[in-house]
Amino acid sequence: MSKPKVAFFDFTSCEGCQLSKLNLEDDLLDILELVDIVNFREAISDRGEDYEIAFIEGSLSTPHCIERIHKIRRQAKILVALGACAHIGGINAIRNKMDQDEVRETVYGKDKYLFPSIKAQAVSDVVKVDYYVPGCPMDNQEFKKVLSALLTGKIPEIPEYSVCVECKAKENECLYDYGIACMGPITRAGCGAACPSNGHYCYGCRGLVPDLNKNAAKDVMEKYKLSMSQIKKRFYMFNTNYVNMEEKEYE
Amino acid sequence: MNNLSIRVPYVTRVEGHGNIVVDLKEGKLVKSVLEIVEPPRYFEAMMKGYLYTDAAVISSRICGICAVGHQMTSVKATEAALGIPVTEQTVLLRKLLVYGATMQSHILHIFFLAAPDLFNAPSVIPLAKTHPETVKMALRMKRLSNDICDLIGGRTIHPNRVVPGGFTKLPTEKELLWIKDKLENQMVPNAKASFELLKSLADKFPAFQRETEYIGLKTDSEYAFYDGDISSTDAGIIPVEKYREVTNEFVVPHSTAKHARHKRSSYAVGALARLNNNYDKLNPLAKEVADALGMKPIVKNPYLNTVAQLVETIHVTEESLKLIDKLLTDGIKAEKPIQPEKLREGTGVGCTEVPRGILFHEYTYDNRGQIVKANCIIPTNQNAQNIDDDMKELVPWMIDNGMNKEQMTLALEMLVRAYDPCISCSVHFLDVEFKE
Repeated sequence: MSKPKVAFFDFTSCEGCQLSKLNLEDDLLDILELVDIVNFREAISDRGEDYEIAFIEGSLSTPHCIERIHKIRRQAKILVALGACAHIGGINAIRNKMDQDEVRETVYGKDKYLFPSIKAQAVSDVVKVDYYVPGCPMDNQEFKKVLSALLTGKIPEIPEYSVCVECKAKENECLYDYGIACMGPITRAGCGAACPSNGHYCYGCRGLVPDLNKNAAKDVMEKYKLSMSQIKKRFYMFNTNYVNMEEKEYE
Repeated sequence: MNNLSIRVPYVTRVEGHGNIVVDLKEGKLVKSVLEIVEPPRYFEAMMKGYLYTDAAVISSRICGICAVGHQMTSVKATEAALGIPVTEQTVLLRKLLVYGATMQSHILHIFFLAAPDLFNAPSVIPLAKTHPETVKMALRMKRLSNDICDLIGGRTIHPNRVVPGGFTKLPTEKELLWIKDKLENQMVPNAKASFELLKSLADKFPAFQRETEYIGLKTDSEYAFYDGDISSTDAGIIPVEKYREVTNEFVVPHSTAKHARHKRSSYAVGALARLNNNYDKLNPLAKEVADALGMKPIVKNPYLNTVAQLVETIHVTEESLKLIDKLLTDGIKAEKPIQPEKLREGTGVGCTEVPRGILFHEYTYDNRGQIVKANCIIPTNQNAQNIDDDMKELVPWMIDNGMNKEQMTLALEMLVRAYDPCISCSVHFLDVEFKE
């Protein structure tokens, strides 16, 4: 059996997810035995256009990005979105809720009208995405699991419960008890509560848990008397495209 | 050679998207530039309104490869603006994290991005078959530097323990001992072997030279990465707060990344620029290696940035061992991050050396600790004009040396790669569409 041809494409992103794959030092050489990498700009000079599985990193934020992603979707049998930018728009989408004219003015000053751009979108906003590896950065062990599933014809699965479940299982102290607004209750698990386990608040990089109970989240905020304007900012940090918080409702 | 046109769209084995464009018409060089075509990022605008505790989380995402550097620079800017002190232990651990990240980035660049050119290979993948021991060694070195970042920063890409005022979780003494053992028994011998390898490949680097202004951090006590003043080979010492007088960013039509200039039409930052400013502070083994590779200042061959990275890899290995000894002698104290006494309006500049060169963040906060204004100046922006200026002299140099088009294309790609450009970082501002 010939090895499946795999391609990696990066869009608007920090390339951390590309690096994350290169950080699979112990497995990298084994992976190369199983797949034929035909396109991976950051690491190799070859640029093959004949691939079956396309991994996409980054959000789509220029007309050129949209053109490219359609071309890739037409070629790929399986398309997998890697990391928060591709999965949910991620940090890049923060500006979507801002006054676009002001955004441009902040960075270009008087030249603001010279540079048009579109809102930062997740890959699934534009084309069909078959599977996801969430997170910022994506977790390379989870990537390995998804890749193994694809190579053995299984369907990769990601958890549908919240980060709090994993955090409690680790017996971490709850950051809310320290007055810190943590996005754990609303965020899809699978990272092993990576940030709260290191004493840092969860910023929701894996996207919202399905069927989010928004009122319960609101109750938690109220119980701990946290500033609503700041909570809102934290909700927006990675999930701008999925959270629509009315000013009145939260203030 | 009278007419020549070289186009390298989306240069591979660099971080981000850039195109090389060279046009020679009737013997005259009409264009030789690195077009930077990365999509826009808009970080300075996106950070507005966020709390001081969020600044490093967001700015880290400017670049996954330079995340440690962005976080470090970000927390230093926040601490300067809000008057948050840090303990000696925090500084030692931050330096250790910076050194781990420097090793990681340099090893990735030397072996995975630059070395394939020296072996005439398109990537590291075929090298795994032809030079398996070298590739395995590089992977081990990279693994270890990642392990250091994991143990100190929580994880390698976008660390999750670095906050203004300190760390949210500390390494154990056992973990520090583990790092020490690995550095002594694995990194040092592997780095020596890497030195022998680069020495044997030294003739593969084009012998092109062009002097420019070299800018890096400098301090009396050590080879500066974490702290210091701005130092220029043309202008001497400049305080960090006056960074705008050095960077003078400007827009060019062929690049979504802003360019910078100081005393000349361009200046260089990065490993070579640091070495040219800090050579006398190298640790013993690093100095020995630098001398054996002919890396005495002022080194004017831009291709040797990769060699300077190896010298630095050895230097930070030695420096990390010193830090760990100090931390172990003092004992790890269970310190919590220091909170600001009172939120206040203020502006602060943070500056550190990240693998690709000197990095500045400047934030202005309101009296609720929210960002009003942010400015980030990235090494690759500072190098962009220098790369163009190099290309302008390199093309005639290559023609004089009788190189054919294929050789020239490779030499141009190698030049861009030598700077280890981080294009994602460099384009947090502009959005220009180019015809391909």
